Amino acid sequence: MSVDRRQFLFFLGASARAMALSAVPGCTATATVAGNSRSKMEFVPGENGPFELPPLPYDYDALEPYIDAETMRFHHDKHHAGYTRNLNSAISSYPELQEKSAEELLRNIESIPEEIRKTVRQNGGGYVNHKMFWEIMSPDGGGVPTGAIAAAIDDRFGSFEAFKEEFETAGKTRFGSGWAWLVLKDGNLEVINTLNQNSPLMDGNYPIMGNDVWEHAYYLKYRNDRGEYLRQWWNVVNWEEIDRRYEMAIA
Amino acid sequence: MAYALPDLPYDYSALEPHISKTTLEFHHDKHHNKYVNTYNELVKEAGMDDKSIEEVIKAIAGDSSQQKLFNNAAQAWNHTFFWNSLKPGGGGEPSGEVGDKIKADFGSFDKFKEEFSTAASTQFGSGWAWLVLDGGSLKVVKTPNAVNPLVDGQTPLLTLDVWEHAYYLDYQNARAKFIETFLSSLANWDFVKENMAKA
Repeated sequence: MSVDRRQFLFFLGASARAMALSAVPGCTATATVAGNSRSKMEFVPGENGPFELPPLPYDYDALEPYIDAETMRFHHDKHHAGYTRNLNSAISSYPELQEKSAEELLRNIESIPEEIRKTVRQNGGGYVNHKMFWEIMSPDGGGVPTGAIAAAIDDRFGSFEAFKEEFETAGKTRFGSGWAWLVLKDGNLEVINTLNQNSPLMDGNYPIMGNDVWEHAYYLKYRNDRGEYLRQWWNVVNWEEIDRRYEMAIA
Repeated sequence: MAYALPDLPYDYSALEPHISKTTLEFHHDKHHNKYVNTYNELVKEAGMDDKSIEEVIKAIAGDSSQQKLFNNAAQAWNHTFFWNSLKPGGGGEPSGEVGDKIKADFGSFDKFKEEFSTAASTQFGSGWAWLVLDGGSLKVVKTPNAVNPLVDGQTPLLTLDVWEHAYYLDYQNARAKFIETFLSSLANWDFVKENMAKA
């Protein structure tokens, strides 16, 4: 990615970028640059399918010292890229699925043809989960929640500290690989965890925020100490973006 | 019965350059150690410490109320089995009765390798790939998280840990390369032969 493009994306801000990238499948960052309103964007399939690996919204080393540049490189350039490639490949013989957003595929996972359902579950989940993950972190993150989500967390969990504890427990007790989540379920906030790349969307719940507890997310820096990774992760949490997701979900 | 963390059957650096000393230190001293300690606590609480670890694994497999005990019991057992499935200077095509049995049941050693590699690379998330004896025939199976072939009444002969902690420091995302290296340079066919003889 060119420096200009990265600077533009950064300038554009997380909200507009996230909406632009998630609104239309295959809508590339280039299209976002060229036409700065959603209505002007055209369907621009990626080279190998409708879904494109979104660029990181910051430099690889921007989340140091909490998440190291090497981890970010492998996590984004290899793992997320792999899920993107495999998702495109899975739906390559299904033109009708190529017109849907990845989120739609996950929300309707049970209606995906059986021969590709598992692959879409794993790689569509991996694609969407990581897309959110980069957005809800920021070098300017950390601190305490702001906006509507702050009040909602206090209402539901009693305090931000109590919420953090519940979220960390969800991450620590996810045996094997998976994610810890704050979701909107039937209009209420809930902390849950999911196995592997399963997305809350598959159960009809909206992911407000999630932390990746696959070992690839933390092993190079934190080794076996998942608890420490979960504790340090709060330093990079982008509450502005999480509040945007929450407000969108309750709207 | 309390389960003791076994020492590695070789030095921490014995599998270099294929598996680093650092990986083995964390894998054995932290991961395996924690599974063993947690198992020993939980098995007492469950009032099952008169049983062997294999009996505990078979008795509670599939019982969701005992999930944490199962996970730690199976992981304690699996890792001991894994250390024995590796050896310095291992890998390659086995000769003798193991080699003959592989040819008879898979068609060729290459066919076995292909099947084992596929199982190990397609175990999505955390888990294990195994060579087992099932009703007298060799089979390749994969299991998620802590699950092992004992719960299906199969006899494990050889295993590869494909949890990311087994290879991430040395191979990062390249699980396929880790699998290839296991088959070319680490697999302990003597251990397979012992397990076949006992079955």
